[in-house]
Amino acid sequence: MARAVTRNAKIGWTIAAWFVALLIFFPILYTIITSLKTEQEAIAGFDLLPSFTLESYQTVQSQNNYVRPFLNSVILSVGSTILALIVAIPAAWAMAFSPTKRTKDILMWMLSTKMMPAVAVLVPIYLIFLRTGLMDTRIGLTILLMLINLPIVVWMLYTYFREIPGEILEAARMDGASLRDEILYVLTPMAVPGIASTLLLNIILAWNEAFWTIQLTTTNAAPLSAFIASFSSPQGLFWAKLSAASTMAIAPILILGWFSQKQLVRGLTFGAVK
Amino acid sequence: MTMTIRALLGATALCATAGIAAAQDNVTLTIATVNNGDMIRMQGLTSEFTAANPGITVEWVTLEENILRERVTTDIATQGGQYDILTIGTYEVPIWAKQGWLVPLEFDADYAVDDLVPAVRDALSVDGKLYAAPFYAESAMVMYRTDLAEAAGVTIPESPTWTDIMNAAKAMTDKSKEQYGICLRGKPGWGENMAFLTAMANSYGARWFDTDWKPQFDSAEWKATLTDYLTLMNEYGPPGASSNGFNENLSLFQQGKCGIWIDATVAASFVTDPANSTVADKVGFAQFPNKEGVDNHGNWLWAWNLAVPTSSDAQDAAKTFIAWATGKGYTELVASKEGWRAAPPGTRTSLYENAEYQKEAPFAAMTLTAINAANTQKASVQDIPYTGGQFVAIPEFQGIGTAVGQQFSAALAGQMSADDALAGAQGNTLREMTRAGYVK
Amino acid sequence: MATRQTQGLARLMRAPAIILLFVWMIVPLCMTLYYSFLNYNLLNPGMTSWAGWFNYQYFYTDPAFFESIKNTLVLVLGVLFITVVGGTFIAMLIDKPIWGQGIVRILVISPFFVMPPVAALIWKNMIMHPSYGVLADVARFFGASPVDWFAQYPLTSIILIVAWQWLPFATLILLTSLQSLDTEQMEAAEMDGAPAVSRFLYLTLPHMARAITVVILIQTIFLLGIYAEILVTTNGGPGFASTNLTFLIYRAARLNFDIGGAAAGGIIAVVLANVIAIFLMRAVGRNLD
Repeated sequence: MARAVTRNAKIGWTIAAWFVALLIFFPILYTIITSLKTEQEAIAGFDLLPSFTLESYQTVQSQNNYVRPFLNSVILSVGSTILALIVAIPAAWAMAFSPTKRTKDILMWMLSTKMMPAVAVLVPIYLIFLRTGLMDTRIGLTILLMLINLPIVVWMLYTYFREIPGEILEAARMDGASLRDEILYVLTPMAVPGIASTLLLNIILAWNEAFWTIQLTTTNAAPLSAFIASFSSPQGLFWAKLSAASTMAIAPILILGWFSQKQLVRGLTFGAVK
Repeated sequence: MTMTIRALLGATALCATAGIAAAQDNVTLTIATVNNGDMIRMQGLTSEFTAANPGITVEWVTLEENILRERVTTDIATQGGQYDILTIGTYEVPIWAKQGWLVPLEFDADYAVDDLVPAVRDALSVDGKLYAAPFYAESAMVMYRTDLAEAAGVTIPESPTWTDIMNAAKAMTDKSKEQYGICLRGKPGWGENMAFLTAMANSYGARWFDTDWKPQFDSAEWKATLTDYLTLMNEYGPPGASSNGFNENLSLFQQGKCGIWIDATVAASFVTDPANSTVADKVGFAQFPNKEGVDNHGNWLWAWNLAVPTSSDAQDAAKTFIAWATGKGYTELVASKEGWRAAPPGTRTSLYENAEYQKEAPFAAMTLTAINAANTQKASVQDIPYTGGQFVAIPEFQGIGTAVGQQFSAALAGQMSADDALAGAQGNTLREMTRAGYVK
Repeated sequence: MATRQTQGLARLMRAPAIILLFVWMIVPLCMTLYYSFLNYNLLNPGMTSWAGWFNYQYFYTDPAFFESIKNTLVLVLGVLFITVVGGTFIAMLIDKPIWGQGIVRILVISPFFVMPPVAALIWKNMIMHPSYGVLADVARFFGASPVDWFAQYPLTSIILIVAWQWLPFATLILLTSLQSLDTEQMEAAEMDGAPAVSRFLYLTLPHMARAITVVILIQTIFLLGIYAEILVTTNGGPGFASTNLTFLIYRAARLNFDIGGAAAGGIIAVVLANVIAIFLMRAVGRNLD
């Protein structure tokens, strides 16, 4: 039986946890509050009660239409993640169920492809994109983001698949299940939670990518990272506007993250749990 | 492996050609611009242009200055053709024009090219040909609080010397009331603190390079410049000045915390705007200071300009747009919508002859004086091999200027002495210039 | 039951991912390697020539080079220290039965969803700004004079910002690990009168070793490449106090448009990253088995 937690201890822990949580969340909260202020209020000093004006949002929207970059962000992040899953699921599957001596080395090698600083390879990649007509296209960036996140996707999926006990497969086979049945009725239900949290994490990573998505786009494929770049450090102080633009850029993924919090907490292990 | 790439390349090339073929009926202009107020206003008025030119659609790419510069430089150097109009500074125009990357601009009589302010026009011309049209232009000048000067019993003449500035800053400082005599740029960057310090050095008789391209940070003039700058800022400046740029100083001044602020003339319209400034009616203007005996007022000249890259496939439409956005009609359009104060400053002589503008903009006369006084062809009183006022118009300057700016900013933050900063700047610049093949 | 057939199938299933990543690694690597031996400045495209080892020599004789290596290591270690220690602490806190556990968890993981440049902008303008930042207001409230974070403690400020961004990641992984801890063993130890500190040291910590290793490994790879936060806040200064290796490469590539120099810097960065990775695998890699 779980030990009874005394009421006092629970109160203490609750206060401590809330304090820490609010401290961590504060910069985001303050940005949201600032976005609801007028520009004068925004630089007038600490104040948690704005005048709740939507003026900054209107200005931001009238300067730079939010819809297209938003849709591009959705397409790029979801598209690249799905592509990555299509490539990574079979690979992770094979590594988990028919491991070889070198599986661990391959995983480490995959992670090492992320070691080259993006800014050092910008010009080579830029030239490839130009010559192939991939510049400022959604398909080009989707492929690129897929490649960037592929190592993480394989790594995550591998650790989930490895948790699926092999005996279950044996048992299913004993009962005369075909390979198709095996995958459809035995493995998929067990793998879905892992795939779902991989999907989530990678949508977040792709959404927040802010180097290639700015350098390789102009108008057609520019996502929210480029949207933000049109509001950062203008001439003059426009912090309410910057806060509004920031809020608009992070809100969709923040809300997605909040709703799937349980999935994330359960899912983000990277093989950390034995 | 190469097979895979080739297959991939082939497939995507097909997609790309299909895309181009479909878009030929109508011209789409992609314009890269910086997110400053005047450009955002222009963006808002696009519909006026497209209404008059139904065949042209305009797509804006608005980016913050540094990212914009990275993007358009990469694009033009690789002949990427992503943009039809670039918003670039006076720094890039001569360099890129010499590379043959920009289309020379010729306008019809309506445009009145002779109406452009001569100093600005010179800065944008190479071998007599105009390669970019100025959207707005600025020099630098002294802005000061008339009330504080009066209270402190000092006067700032119309053309002050650095001694005048030093004395006035001292008299106006009262740190107990968060009132600082002088606010200057301190944030590192070739377009941040080095823009100011290069202009200040010019007015001290210093130069960046001698005629053999040897850096001159070991000269007495640079030492005097940096020493006086540090004295001003440490004794009479605000705390944390090493991270202050244009924006930070603007808000300090607007909130009444600075006695003197020496910066771009465009700031004048912000500090005299009653909607945002608490000191709007107490601001006086004076010319950029000089050192006694040195006939040089910094030669600061900057303009944001519109230019057409040779890689653009819609050059005619692009020129049409530029003629509209930098023409006389545009100024009047802005004036009719938002008043004369909002008119883009610094580019046309006729604006400064306009009585209505003079009435609404108290800083007009001094702005024009400052711009006219700027000589970007010979910025120092000594002989120099380069052009440019508060920068050196060579491609290497962005890197060099930023590295030097970091040294000087570290000196301001108290992390190294003025001598060490100058020695560091000298070594660093010599290294870069040797590598680039200037110094043999 | 691993027959020859299933092994063939496994190879076939692995192949696409491995080939794609191999191409993605080798093509940029070869091009970068090639460029690193060229005098190639984007602003002088006509003057491209063979440079030999000059770019490497030029890069490592940069006055900022050794400081940048030091800063890279300090940045990585600083962020790792804060995220691992802070993450452990927070994970234990939000694993406790508390009121509003769901909301607390949501708040704690939120920084993970903020784009790096936005995070840097928020911290620079709203939090750490010497005149308008919240920290300045707090300092004034207590009668102290505000700290100019980016001038006085440039690297520390950047470490704080980056640590804030990565704290949720560490917390989440450590939390999942904590949840798999054997509670019966824990209770038994408690019954035996083992104090909280030794329960933590001898039961919790060894159990979390694997999770901590994963956090260190993955974060290191990401942290070596940090530069956007530096660009937005300090521009590498004052002096070279917050210039790391990636920022030095950025300076070569995006300010000087020196493609050869940036490529040489990139190769140096890859070598450094590999050295660190090998060191890490030696030091903590056995926790992964």
